[in-house]
Amino acid sequence: MLALLKREILLSIRAGGGALTGVLFFLAVVSVFPFAVGPDTKLLSHLAPAILWIGALLASLLGLDRLFAQEREDGSLDLLVMQSHPLALTIFVKALAHWVMTGLPLVIATPLFGIMLNLSPLGIGATMITLLAGTPAISFIGAVGAAVSVKLPRGGMLISVLVLPLVIPILIFGVAAITGALEEPAPFTAPFLFVCAITLFTSVLGPLAASIMLRHSAD
Amino acid sequence: MTVETTKLSIWAFANPTRFMGFANKAIPMLAIIAIALSAIGLWMSFNAPEDYQQGYTVLIMFIHVPTAWLAMMTYSVMSLSAIGTIVWRHPLADVSLRSAAPLGAMFTFLALATGSLWGKPMWGTWWEWDARMTSVLVLLIIYLGLIALSKAFDEPSEAALPLAVMTLTGFAIIPIIKFSVDWWNTLHQPASVSRFDRPAMGPEFLYPLLIMAFAYMAIFFTLHMMAMRNEILARRIRTMKMSAARKHSAKGAT
Repeated sequence: MLALLKREILLSIRAGGGALTGVLFFLAVVSVFPFAVGPDTKLLSHLAPAILWIGALLASLLGLDRLFAQEREDGSLDLLVMQSHPLALTIFVKALAHWVMTGLPLVIATPLFGIMLNLSPLGIGATMITLLAGTPAISFIGAVGAAVSVKLPRGGMLISVLVLPLVIPILIFGVAAITGALEEPAPFTAPFLFVCAITLFTSVLGPLAASIMLRHSAD
Repeated sequence: MTVETTKLSIWAFANPTRFMGFANKAIPMLAIIAIALSAIGLWMSFNAPEDYQQGYTVLIMFIHVPTAWLAMMTYSVMSLSAIGTIVWRHPLADVSLRSAAPLGAMFTFLALATGSLWGKPMWGTWWEWDARMTSVLVLLIIYLGLIALSKAFDEPSEAALPLAVMTLTGFAIIPIIKFSVDWWNTLHQPASVSRFDRPAMGPEFLYPLLIMAFAYMAIFFTLHMMAMRNEILARRIRTMKMSAARKHSAKGAT
């Protein structure tokens, strides 16, 4: 399993800087917002948690359509399905690798963008923690979308349409937790625990559903 | 290829045929029940007293609330069908799931549209991003996504499992969406005008509402049966076309 994790990460680094492209996309999304809403720093710092979360959400959707498609094309998907490890575990590791390459760089890049959006240090910390806890869930749910559309030649758009409504709860609780950290009456712990719970829940459910799908899509 | 042919033969003969016989008898009966219940329900609704606050617009409730219930019930029917597909590979389960999706989308859209028509005179706005509306809108997006997924495959039988897996995943998430948006609202917005919490309802409103709900259910099952019948017929035509093409090409080759 560790070998698979290493292989996945190496593959995505060597195939054209996957992590950097994700961060670049994140930067592009984040920098589009000031153009749209105007460079009012007060407004921006108010919107910053939402902007960062939406950016992370969109960036995490990148590359989901390649999660299993490449394996299917060169036939190694059949090997993954037939090996002795449970398939769900393999998918879990693959989704984890996807997160390491798309979600984790965003968490690391968040302080920079937070400063650009005039977010307070406390807000940056809260954003980083919630992103760290929440973005894995996007990869796990995304694995289901990727498995479902693995046979489709152009599944990228469809995956986004299928996955986005399902990740809305994470977005809601993530932003709620950040607001809770910044503004006094609202609690931070409760929504943050919900983010953690959703991630744990999807880390089981997502790979399981994807494994049901993949086991029967091998042809 | 062998798998494919056995699948097709099941399609052409075994269970769906019995279902077709059942459906041919059940559809007229269900349709009569649906029409009768709608007539009674509408008559009762129009004879319901005016609400002391809402006046005549309370009548919208009798149309609106059942559509919202049906929007959720349809998803439950789809999820049960999805279990049927995953566990038993029952061919009818896939047909049921697939033909329920557009109906669910329609009920969800009607719930949003009638709610919006009701909201304008009552709350003074067509749309409010409150918990209920947002979660129903998300449900609509999920329905449309599932329909898109069902249309994305060349071979209808290939779409069965992806559709089932995605439907069930959506079912696991839907309660979270529903509760989370409630959470989100209680966290951020103080109780606004846009609340659906209804005080205990008087029987003069409750009975027409329940009858309308049953009428909608009957309408749903009628349409669902008809859609399933159409889907089975469409697949038979497809099978016939393909076997005819195969025969034709075999003739051409020799």
